[in-house]
Amino acid sequence: MSDALSVQDLSVAFHTRAGVVHALDRVSFTVGAGETLALVGESGSGKSVTAYAIMGLLEAAGQVTSGRALLGETDLLAASPASLARIRGKRVAMIFQNPRTALNPIRPVGTQIADVMRRHGGATWFNARARAIEALRAVGIPDPARRTRAYPFELSGGMCQRVMIAIAMAARPDLLIADEPTTGLDVTTQAVVMDLIAEMAAQTGMATILITHDLALAAERARRIAVMHAGHVVEVAETATLLARPMHPYSARLIAATPTAAGTLEELQSVPGALPDLRGAAIPACRYAARCDRRQADCGETLHPHEAEPGHSIACHHPLGVAA
Amino acid sequence: MRQVLLRLAAALPTLCGVVVVTFLLTRVLPGDTATYFAGPTASAEAIEQIRRELGLDLPLPEQFWRYVVALTKGDLGMSLTTGQPVRAEIATRLPASAELTLCALVLAIAIAMPLGVLAAVRQGSLIDHACRVLTTAGVSLPVFFTGLLLVYVFYFVLGWMPAPLGRLDAFATAPPQVSGFYLIDTLLAGDTGTFRAAAAQIVLPATTLALFALAPIARITRASMLAVLGSEFIRTARASGLSGPTVVITYALRNALLPVVTVLGMVFSFLLGANVLVEKVFAWPGIGSYAVEALIASDFAPVQGFVLTMAVLYVLLNLGIDLLNRAIDPRARHGA
Repeated sequence: MSDALSVQDLSVAFHTRAGVVHALDRVSFTVGAGETLALVGESGSGKSVTAYAIMGLLEAAGQVTSGRALLGETDLLAASPASLARIRGKRVAMIFQNPRTALNPIRPVGTQIADVMRRHGGATWFNARARAIEALRAVGIPDPARRTRAYPFELSGGMCQRVMIAIAMAARPDLLIADEPTTGLDVTTQAVVMDLIAEMAAQTGMATILITHDLALAAERARRIAVMHAGHVVEVAETATLLARPMHPYSARLIAATPTAAGTLEELQSVPGALPDLRGAAIPACRYAARCDRRQADCGETLHPHEAEPGHSIACHHPLGVAA
Repeated sequence: MRQVLLRLAAALPTLCGVVVVTFLLTRVLPGDTATYFAGPTASAEAIEQIRRELGLDLPLPEQFWRYVVALTKGDLGMSLTTGQPVRAEIATRLPASAELTLCALVLAIAIAMPLGVLAAVRQGSLIDHACRVLTTAGVSLPVFFTGLLLVYVFYFVLGWMPAPLGRLDAFATAPPQVSGFYLIDTLLAGDTGTFRAAAAQIVLPATTLALFALAPIARITRASMLAVLGSEFIRTARASGLSGPTVVITYALRNALLPVVTVLGMVFSFLLGANVLVEKVFAWPGIGSYAVEALIASDFAPVQGFVLTMAVLYVLLNLGIDLLNRAIDPRARHGA
């Protein structure tokens, strides 16, 4: 299976007044064509920064300091702003949390879809409206002809997220990055939106990167999961493998902190400690070490993510399930 | 349409208040009209006689009643200094002020909005600093100074501009009044020569005012653009690969216009009344100078007429701003 996206050694630093923040450090993962990969981690672990870096949407303070992001043959991190603008929305699209504020408040939603279609050659001035209606129907919006003229504030959050998906799907991209797409939506709408994304992906053979802090959601929707912690990818494995045999202590903690249908509230455990300070140069090699109960003397030594078994890579000196 | 009528009706109490307050204010101001008009050598009897003729000996409620009755007939009274009906004078002077102010505003917008947009898009760049310098200079240089400076440089030294002697030079004749705006009326009459003369006259005063109006417009455009450019829907637009101009103009600027339009309204109404200094420097026959001269002479009727006219203008202007906001923002249409 060929890769839709291959991210290699992506590092990002933010230049702030308080110093340089090393937000991402040698992040690597791949997404196969048509595959759903979940990026999971707590807030601040660098999931969204990874997505923005790939899309070239980092704010001015953020700088990619190393790495490649290969979309087919194209390195997105080395592409010029102009060529990147032609790729965004066309070959790789993105949807966001808070769909209502992520849409232009004073432009009819149909026009916003048509803007993207016209930009990427999917429609002309003459058929843009018809194409927008078609797109709204495809994402299951009732009465699409009338809804093209609606403004975001006239639609519910779930409807707005469908519009976002219609915008993202406008040019049939190879890859969709969904950044917390269901955060802020009610539970039934969450399921509908996720079903819709899966359906669209299945129809067009599109790969999906699902960014979420919700391991349960990732487990349900993704074929593979990459666990992120403090700007590192600490573990990548197939979903079933990761849930059954996590090898990184943080992944294990994360699984223990995720509610299940069978479990009780008392069984839930929080992950102790907080994310380390990522400013300056003196960041520990293993950024989880300070929170880890398996910490040993050599945890400060240089850490390389490696494949512990086929399709299961980790970044840990003393992984679980292996004799120490 | 119903909205517009409702808004106009809601403005009526305000206008009534303006009528009462201006009437009272002009009466409590220092200075005695009768004494002023009788002249320095007049006898006490003569002053008394003038006072009676003007109705100034009557009790205040009765004076007010007479004023209101006249007002309902559209009569704003007579100016004692010029001997002309106030309504007729305002009718000829208001277009002069409005034409000057509008020209200045258009000029200011044409410079300030692109400047503000560029300053926001290229934050911290040379153009951003240029924008800051220009806006600071614009507010800190007094208009009479910039006016005199422009006259000195472009009329006296360079001789590029005509003498600052009002709306037209002595050799040209005013066009037949249609809109009261010389620039429009001359074109309607097909008189391009007079149009050029009128345009030449208005360049310097309009530039003077525009320099002053630039600052608030450029500042609010920059601030508003910065706020919008940082918002989530701009990120969506970028993530969708929309081109730079589409993102900046169609997505960002349209959203950023709302506060700009509100400020434009304030700047316009402010300029209209406050351009008295420019009118003085350029001998521009506007209402600002008219009102100030009347005030100095304790000439009540023009002052009251001026304040009332300005109040009506403010009401109409705010209505216009609201309608413009509704045109831009669907949420405003929805809410009301």
